[in-house]
Amino acid sequence: MCLAIPGRIVDLPAERPQFAAVEVGGVRRQVNIDLLSEEPLQTGDWVLIHVGFAMSKISEEGAQEQMRLLAMLGEDEQAMEEIAGYGIGWEAEEKAS
Amino acid sequence: MKYVDEFRDPHLIRQVADEIRRLANPDRHYRIMEVCGGHTHAIYRFGLADVLPSNIELIHGPGCPVCVLPMGRTDDGLSLTARGGVIFTAFGDVMRVPGTHGSPLEHKARGAEIRMVYSPLDALNLAGANPEKHVMLFAIGFETTAPSTALTILQAKAQKVTNFSVMSNHVTIIPGIKAILESPDMRLDGFVGPGHVSTVIGCRPYEFIARDYGKPVVVSGFEPLDILQSILMILRQLEAGRAEVENQYARVVPWEGNLAALKVLAEVFELRPYFEWRGLGFISQSALKIRDAYAEWDTEKRFSLPGIRVTDPKAAQCGEVLKGVLKPHQCKLFGKECTPESPVGALMVSSEGACAAYHNYVHRKTEAAAAVA
Amino acid sequence: MSEPPLVRFRDPQIEMSHGAGGKASRRLVEGLLAPLFGGPLLGPLGDAAHLDHDGSRLAFTTDSFVVSPLRFPGGSIGDLAVNGTVNDLAVSGAKPLALVVSFILEAGLPAAVLEAEVRALADAAQRAGVQIVGGDTKVVEHGKADQIYITTAGIGRVDPRVRITPQSVQPGDQILLSGPIGDHGITILLARGEIDLEADIRSDTRSVLPLVESLIEAAASGLRWMRDPTRGGVATALNELARDCGHGIVLWEEALPVREPVRGACELLGLDPLHIANEGQFLAVVAPELADAALAALRAVPGGEEAIVIGEVREQPARTVLGTASYGGTRVVDMLVGDPLPRIC
Repeated sequence: MCLAIPGRIVDLPAERPQFAAVEVGGVRRQVNIDLLSEEPLQTGDWVLIHVGFAMSKISEEGAQEQMRLLAMLGEDEQAMEEIAGYGIGWEAEEKAS
Repeated sequence: MKYVDEFRDPHLIRQVADEIRRLANPDRHYRIMEVCGGHTHAIYRFGLADVLPSNIELIHGPGCPVCVLPMGRTDDGLSLTARGGVIFTAFGDVMRVPGTHGSPLEHKARGAEIRMVYSPLDALNLAGANPEKHVMLFAIGFETTAPSTALTILQAKAQKVTNFSVMSNHVTIIPGIKAILESPDMRLDGFVGPGHVSTVIGCRPYEFIARDYGKPVVVSGFEPLDILQSILMILRQLEAGRAEVENQYARVVPWEGNLAALKVLAEVFELRPYFEWRGLGFISQSALKIRDAYAEWDTEKRFSLPGIRVTDPKAAQCGEVLKGVLKPHQCKLFGKECTPESPVGALMVSSEGACAAYHNYVHRKTEAAAAVA
Repeated sequence: MSEPPLVRFRDPQIEMSHGAGGKASRRLVEGLLAPLFGGPLLGPLGDAAHLDHDGSRLAFTTDSFVVSPLRFPGGSIGDLAVNGTVNDLAVSGAKPLALVVSFILEAGLPAAVLEAEVRALADAAQRAGVQIVGGDTKVVEHGKADQIYITTAGIGRVDPRVRITPQSVQPGDQILLSGPIGDHGITILLARGEIDLEADIRSDTRSVLPLVESLIEAAASGLRWMRDPTRGGVATALNELARDCGHGIVLWEEALPVREPVRGACELLGLDPLHIANEGQFLAVVAPELADAALAALRAVPGGEEAIVIGEVREQPARTVLGTASYGGTRVVDMLVGDPLPRIC
């Protein structure tokens, strides 16, 4: 139930409105887009594909927001290390534990 | 591969893992269940347990549609191939599932008409190409897959294809989770929620877990970074004394779910009063049946199936492993009578079943380590 | 180093999995064929048998080809039939002396189809520098065979500088792979036309002899073991090595070379490239002090530019292949039971 892969819409042929040509890492597949009928789709959009059907449109902003949050973890850690390096009381203790 | 590689970035994975270590309270033992078999598979495939601190225990939940499929249903489906003129179609996951007289692949080796498909539409196309035969789709899956089956039935109706039917073994995830929560030997701290089911049902259906049981739920993607970030988010809730539903997989999962998919589900399917989940027993309102309006494409209405019920051997402890009470290797049959090659219980059948995943990805590591010790 | 457990063949009927190169195949060979054929020459079950004759060491091997469809991007059954046997000899350290070819033909087969494959065999043999010196042809009734089945047998002389056995493999040895994996198996899967995937993927079928010869020139004294990972893929070949040498094998997941469209197809279908068949690649285990020279020797040959070290031999975990990622995650890479099956879950 869980294997679904992101793919990029490369073609929306007018003669087959239920389908989009989607590319996944250089492989092309015909994907049924009926489940996304309530969303405007265009070539270049990314969708999540499961058993030959597009389940969801992938949000680039959502992905970037997530990467931003993740990158901040590293910054937090660096900030903590800097503070610990000053040898100020509790931060140094916390780092040592 | 975009939207895949970024979420496998080793540097970021290390950072999230370090943050989890930093945050986890060393005096506490966390038990977190990942509901979905796809998550179980990913956890083993990417070795995520290796980067987590030892006081975070991942418990594998019942979200593996092949694992919870009673053997009798497989027997019923395969019984149709005996009558000739019926082609049994199913996804690859089903092909090695043992029925009482062998798996679909074994039946095929004996001459039965069995075809593997990659989409429900393939089965419909097969019907079109073989008008003199009847094509039956042995449909499995949770809410992720059911809408695609529903659309295919609608397509069959629109194209007036009469030699096609679906045997629906679709099950719904919430009753499965409820069964776990209500189990008396269950002690869980939080849930990694099924990301792809949620693209259909959204995040609201999990609110009762936070509200009524006080457990955090984080709806998660399937790449290593997704799963680790979700565990981090659960930990943060636990440490802050919160219990909420959060959406880690927001790039894909809409909070309200997919309305078009829900509509098409409601149009074609209705809930069965009850359905048997292998290892968990009968659960009410937990499975999908094709509505009478589409009876023409319902295998169970077109044909009379034997209604075989097969009870698992008592020694097989699938139920306890499914509920997370036992680890796979703690079942008495694990690795001996029950192996991926000769599975006794359901969890050894599917590659995402907890026992199969453990056997394939972990067991020999620990076996070898034990041999050295 | 403990002995691997005795294998028994108790399967009631032959399944497709017995021909897939994985655990079921191994059970058939080790549990039924080897015990009954057993003799001093049927020792370690490698790609070819080694026979000592008049002071020379000969390698002797056979292989059957039943692929469907007959023609696919990158080649045809004729190419596979020559390259497969040439490669089995090459990874035994042998220069092929001659090949024989047997055909089982289905009545009704268009002559043009047969001619195309005979030409393919002849061309492949010429490219590989080996002669087809004889063979046999049988015809069976329509429906009793799938168009053409080809069996080739080959004999070659093992280079005296080469001593390759699993027992010589030691912890610290490096594992080299000649190039990207998964091309052939995915090509065949797509060529069957059951999935509507389009991809620019071709079979990698070719003779690896020039690569092996370059390797032998540069690193013969440190060359421990070679294998061409055909059905069952790299995972099966390395699991067999791990079992036979008794040590562990660690793979660097990020080093595994996979072409982008092969990766895309595998992700879409839920397949692992490590389990997919290859027809133009080989694995070599080389002593660490000669690994750099060995790699350079492979990369110097046209077609070897993507050769890479993918892992190393370790004492633990014994008889196990372990995939490791740079972030610290590990997983056991096992042999499959039968053919890899696409999944949706």
